[in-house]
Amino acid sequence: MKSNRRSFINLLLGVGSIGALAATLYPILSYLIPPKIREPKVTALKAGKVDDLKLNSAKIIRFGRVPVILIRADSGQYFALSATCTHLECIVQYESSRKQIICACHNGVYDLSGRNVSGPPPRPLDEYLVHVIDNEVIIAERKV
Amino acid sequence: MNHFFNSKMYRWLDERLDLEPVKNLIVHKTVPVHKHTLWYYLGGVTLFLFFIQVFTGILLLMYYQPTEDTAYESIQFILNKVHFGWLIRNIHSWGANLMIFFAFVHMFSVFFTRAYEKPRELTWVSGFILLVLAMAFGFSGYLLPWNELSFFATKVGTDIVGTIPLIGEKLKIIIRGGDDVSGATLSRFFGLHVAILPALFTMLLALHLSLVQRQGVSEPWFFKMLPEIKKRYISFFPDFVMRDMLLWLIINLIILSLAVFYPWNLGLKADPLSSAPLGIKPEWYFMFMFQTLKFLPPHLLGIEGETLGVLFFGLVAILWMMLPFIKIKNKFLYQHRFTPLLGILGLVFIIVMTILGYIL
Repeated sequence: MKSNRRSFINLLLGVGSIGALAATLYPILSYLIPPKIREPKVTALKAGKVDDLKLNSAKIIRFGRVPVILIRADSGQYFALSATCTHLECIVQYESSRKQIICACHNGVYDLSGRNVSGPPPRPLDEYLVHVIDNEVIIAERKV
Repeated sequence: MNHFFNSKMYRWLDERLDLEPVKNLIVHKTVPVHKHTLWYYLGGVTLFLFFIQVFTGILLLMYYQPTEDTAYESIQFILNKVHFGWLIRNIHSWGANLMIFFAFVHMFSVFFTRAYEKPRELTWVSGFILLVLAMAFGFSGYLLPWNELSFFATKVGTDIVGTIPLIGEKLKIIIRGGDDVSGATLSRFFGLHVAILPALFTMLLALHLSLVQRQGVSEPWFFKMLPEIKKRYISFFPDFVMRDMLLWLIINLIILSLAVFYPWNLGLKADPLSSAPLGIKPEWYFMFMFQTLKFLPPHLLGIEGETLGVLFFGLVAILWMMLPFIKIKNKFLYQHRFTPLLGILGLVFIIVMTILGYIL
């Protein structure tokens, strides 16, 4: 009888402790996960006049929350790609002498279409559409 | 020493607190003298450097402001306007590097002198966790100046966390305080660096030091085998402590010279829209892992290269921590003759990869 009462109290203490632990940990973990903040969704963006960017050069612009690299090739053709390396998220840069996109962090190399050609990047860079309308360069999201 | 134990103050305290165990420790504790005695001092040096970090860290807190808009400027203010601000900041930066360096050397000296074997398993485990925490201190503190290098180092470092299977992505968001490295990451790293890590580190350090005091200084096997008459000891108080303090003074001088003659460059302010600068490198103590990740192909055995790298380093770290408990063929690993080779292999790997990281 005595032992039953003791085991009941032990059980109560055990279950109660687990419950208290869960009740403490759950709000803490939830608190640590940052809430999603709604931001206006950007689907297209004006990136400046055609002559703003010289031939064989590039610039990085913000497309919503994403950095995008806009490249103007020797031929005058524009390429817009996500500027975030698919390896470990460093921001890539355009190497005009090699006419390639490189990531300085781990020597990742991409071609102008964003294809990963050497180094550790596992995937190509995401591609954006580029339109030239009335001498204005416009970058737009590629609809899948 | 006897003079102190006969003093009025000691007797007053002893009456109230029973200081007999402390007195016994002070009077009877000895340190063996042999060809490897030098290694006994490295733990103390690491401890001294930790004290320097705490002290200079508190001083930096007086001016540092942990926000995206002010962090870099507040460090500039400390460097350029605050009296001796440049000195405090440079001592803190050099101290961090030296502390991790000496912790590494201390760990390998414990490994090669087999000081981690029974009954000191817990000292080894707590010491290893202290080293991991010291590296976490280094990683979180590196971001606080909010400069270009630290921004990308944090981007890469936290993205590596994201490659851990199952929980990685969630963990990355928790560490970053969002999807990207931003002001929210800076706040979290600041909290980690000045509150969470110091609390964990201090508790574990107290355990580590109590274990060392409780079990005494380890004697290497060749010393144990000497006949009693040939074993030489020095007293811990005051002989060993005095030598230790002399070494602390020398380290203090070295750190001051480094801070004065080789100041740390603050670099450019972080800009989330700028490309990673050419030649970007992490702190030297992460270099071997960074270089290994560089060598890994995009995919290996059907898994992404960096995921495999992270799993590999995670597994090696756990095995290294559990070293005193691992048994092979009914014998503990430390009883096997090949075990020192494992340490040499690990050390060579770390050194070669670090050098390659700087020259390639």
